[in-house]
Amino acid sequence: MNLYILLALPLLGFTINGLFGKQLPKFVVGALASSLVFIPFVLALTLWSEVKEAAIVSQPFTFLQVGDLNIEFKLMLDRLSLIMTLIITGIGTLIHLYSMAYMADDAGYYKFFSYLNLFIFNMLILVLGANFMMLFFGWEGVGLCSYLLIGFWYHNPDFGYAARKAFVMNRIGDLGLLLGLFMIIQHFGSLDYQVVFSEIAKVSHPQWVYTSIAVLLFVGAMGKSAQIPLYTWLPDAMAGPTPVSALIHAATMVTAGVYLVVRSEVLYTLAPMARDLILYVGLATSLLAAFIGLKQNDIKKVLAYSTVSQLGLMFIALGCGAYSAAMFHLATHAFFKALLFLGSGSVIHGMHHEQDIRKMGGLRKAMPLTYVTFLIGTLAISGFPFLSGFFSKDEILLHTFHHSPWVYGLSVFSAGLTGIYMFRMFFLTFHGTYRNDHYAFEKVHESPILMTLPLMVLAALSLSGGLLNLPHYLTHSHSEALAHWLEPLFVFGDAAVHVEPSTEWALLGVAVSVFVIAFVWMRQKYVVQGRVAENDDQMSGSAKLLAHKFYVDELYDSLFAKPLQALGTWTYRVLDRKGFVAFTDLMGKVTHWKGQTLARIQSGNIELYLIIMVLAAALMLGIELFA
Amino acid sequence: MELILIPLLSAALAYGAGQQLNRSLAFALSLVPGLVALALGVHSIDVPWFSDDIRLALNPSGWSNLMLLLTNFLVPVIVLAGWREGEKFSLQVALTLFMQAALNGVFMAQDGLTFYIFWELALIPIYFLALLFSEGDRFAVTLKFFLYTFLGSLTMLASLMYLYSLTSVGDDGHHSFAYSALQAVELSTTEGFWVGLGLFLAFAVKIPLMPFHAWQSDTYTQAPAGATMLLSGIMLKMGLYGLFVWFVALAPESLHYMLVEDLFDFRDLIMVMGLAGLLYGAFIAMRQSDAKRLIAFSSLSHVGLIAMAMLTMKSDGVNGAVLQMWVHGVNAVGLFLVVDLIERRLGHRDLEQMGGFAKSSPFFAATALIIVLGTVAVPLTNGFPGEFLMLKAVFNTGTGYCGVLAALTIIFCAVYMLRFFQLAFMGPEKGSLSSLEWNEKLALLIIGAAVLYTGVQPQIILDMVQSNTDSWLNAIAESGGILS
Repeated sequence: MNLYILLALPLLGFTINGLFGKQLPKFVVGALASSLVFIPFVLALTLWSEVKEAAIVSQPFTFLQVGDLNIEFKLMLDRLSLIMTLIITGIGTLIHLYSMAYMADDAGYYKFFSYLNLFIFNMLILVLGANFMMLFFGWEGVGLCSYLLIGFWYHNPDFGYAARKAFVMNRIGDLGLLLGLFMIIQHFGSLDYQVVFSEIAKVSHPQWVYTSIAVLLFVGAMGKSAQIPLYTWLPDAMAGPTPVSALIHAATMVTAGVYLVVRSEVLYTLAPMARDLILYVGLATSLLAAFIGLKQNDIKKVLAYSTVSQLGLMFIALGCGAYSAAMFHLATHAFFKALLFLGSGSVIHGMHHEQDIRKMGGLRKAMPLTYVTFLIGTLAISGFPFLSGFFSKDEILLHTFHHSPWVYGLSVFSAGLTGIYMFRMFFLTFHGTYRNDHYAFEKVHESPILMTLPLMVLAALSLSGGLLNLPHYLTHSHSEALAHWLEPLFVFGDAAVHVEPSTEWALLGVAVSVFVIAFVWMRQKYVVQGRVAENDDQMSGSAKLLAHKFYVDELYDSLFAKPLQALGTWTYRVLDRKGFVAFTDLMGKVTHWKGQTLARIQSGNIELYLIIMVLAAALMLGIELFA
Repeated sequence: MELILIPLLSAALAYGAGQQLNRSLAFALSLVPGLVALALGVHSIDVPWFSDDIRLALNPSGWSNLMLLLTNFLVPVIVLAGWREGEKFSLQVALTLFMQAALNGVFMAQDGLTFYIFWELALIPIYFLALLFSEGDRFAVTLKFFLYTFLGSLTMLASLMYLYSLTSVGDDGHHSFAYSALQAVELSTTEGFWVGLGLFLAFAVKIPLMPFHAWQSDTYTQAPAGATMLLSGIMLKMGLYGLFVWFVALAPESLHYMLVEDLFDFRDLIMVMGLAGLLYGAFIAMRQSDAKRLIAFSSLSHVGLIAMAMLTMKSDGVNGAVLQMWVHGVNAVGLFLVVDLIERRLGHRDLEQMGGFAKSSPFFAATALIIVLGTVAVPLTNGFPGEFLMLKAVFNTGTGYCGVLAALTIIFCAVYMLRFFQLAFMGPEKGSLSSLEWNEKLALLIIGAAVLYTGVQPQIILDMVQSNTDSWLNAIAESGGILS
């Protein structure tokens, strides 16, 4: 099958809805957009067995050919991109369906769906591209869609600012990625995955080349996957409609950085220093974001910091060389985080745009379906035994344990924090008493079926997602399916882990206890004692520090934004106006009297003067030609 | 030749039509040269002019073809929507068409003096357009512009004459101004430096490169939109075109000239000028609230990179630079058009005093966004391929830090262009725009289509110029120029 069809369908949806959506009935717009994502999902499924045999590569077209450099439009569907494609289109379809109800009253309904389709198109380019240039196309394309969708409600200047912030921070990362591509071209003469990776596998270049490229590509990943220091855009990105947060800022786009590293496995295996960097950045991000998540009161902000933290966990895995473990967590995280975001959207929808969990409480009675599915999501992300998150997280923890005890300790701590902020939010939202004076409890309603259906499907996936890659201690016949599936793609493969079965059981015990502690503690605090998160002005010390996100935004503002603005103002007012321009004006003044004389001679006669000139010029040419 | 005579004739017709000249007629007149050239091809000419050794030699080659495409594509767009219809419309159109003739001459000239004459000829219409129709202290602004460019032209003429005197004497007993003859002159490094400097100054002013930019922002801002489009879209390309074709290729020896012993040569200086302009323009653009001035400084920033890439003397850098000349022309015209369409309706262009146009004019917002994205160089828009090639060449050529600093443009440009788009089209509505006229819509559509088409198919442009570029680079290498 021609792989371009996978791209053409969502692009078609973007075009039709973008151009004619305003005239079409809303149902047609939504159904068209959803099915143009669903069809690629089905098509990708049908290619499963074919891809299992060998990667499918499309007919290439030339994009740029200058000198020795030849860059092509070229697609490749292999085992890794198939997984990504299924996640993107599968979860994408569910979120499209959900949006049909969630956005039903929005004036920009058609625009929303055309942007969503454009996003799917770009995301598919990113994962289906057969070279780094295609990856970069998709990379920038999803960044653009993210910009458009964060700022979707553009009448609010704050949202517009959040959108710009996201785009610019991503561009900082892109600078690294771009320089990485330049170095790849310089040293390996191509951007084609096959060529580049087989060249790298020869290990014929000095170490610094691999390390530099690996670090530069990771800088790109820092931006897109919201890692320290480029993570601050993601929480602000919650300004976008909630389905966008679920699709772009949780399940798909933000995992692009993980995909990039997994794709470049051979490079990162040869660059241990870069991997160490990834490990520590991932670890620091995971902890920092989890801490901040403890004191957030906006339901979406909690989830946003949770996403940053979970992405950090994936990078910890990558830092340990556990590529398939990272992919496993990427997949399960896509299930439960999409579920949680859509669930929060259902809450926000049911409460008429309220997002502050201090003004919720007791919603389980009003929204039973949302409640149950949200519970499943919360259990899955917190590591309740045998749910999807439990397995994927434990595999990462196992690798960290093998790597070093203190990395393990900190990762477990981060996992524990996950349970704490998730249950805090969960109990405050669904248990206890209703606390909103401005919106009567009777008015809170369960969401329509179009919204709850995707919740149920995602809940089922969150429950069973562990099946993708069951650990060998549970089953010997079908264990580690995902790892085996990806194995043929890797040159060096996952880092090997050897631990005694007894140790492995002990680690499981630790993980379960951490979960239990978090659950019991939060239940005690917010259900039994019925406490409510404090108001902003009551906060003090560490709570305030966390609620204000360690003041990192303020820090960046005074370190970068303000000085740059001052520099811009100074450059214009002083250097340009009082410097270069003033100097020129001075020169002008010297000849000023001449100018005035000239002006007096000319005034009034200019048009005549011009006509004569034009005629003379034409005449001159004509005479020379025909003489 | 037809590319010069037809526009001159059209200019006369347009002026003669006076009040009868309407938009469609003017647009049709401006389209004729390009269509004729497409249908019949461009005919070259080489005949004696004032005397035997001063010839009228016009012969389009690869680069010229692209520049002719640029000129004869953009002039119709400018005629279509750049000028507001009014009492002086026919004069404005006539001068624009006169400009078209002169520009076509500049880009086809194969003779030093022919080049010089058309170069000066192109200055005349734009001078009058700026003088007659600028806002504010138009005389001071125009004088500044005129003085600057005129001084540059004089040094260029001096250098050309000097080169002429060194050309080998032909059978007819004369020296020659022919491009090939001038190119064949071999110079010592020091001699080359002074010749090169004379040529360089003319182009540096026109581009403009820092620190010769002081005329630019005031002229761009205060000149009427049509004139600004001519200046930034096409005339600026005279400078970039000249920089490579009439400076680097004629006096490559000069690039070796050491300004600081063993450390810093003339080429490094030009690179630094480009880099300085790139950063300087970006810093200022980030803080401007006058939309037109913002675009003017963004232009300064973009051409800085193009100049740097040309001086890499690498196939990818130079080809990327030529591609970007086309792209910058399209985008600059597009952006100044967007600003002017707003100014026509609001009566001002203060970004702080506008907003939310996306609500009242979704078509306008969508096309403006496409042009903005092209300028930001998002992949699959026209800005990307050229910027990619240029940054790659700068990054891979010797001084890596230069490449990293230049690549900062991808961040800064996103900052100021998105700020521009945000303030104008998003946010709360501050005043609404009356709907666009047919000609304004058509112009936006044409520009938008060019942005997307070039973004997906940049190779079409590259194929026009590539062999030409490579032969120049080879010639420079053979003449002992640098190819680091």
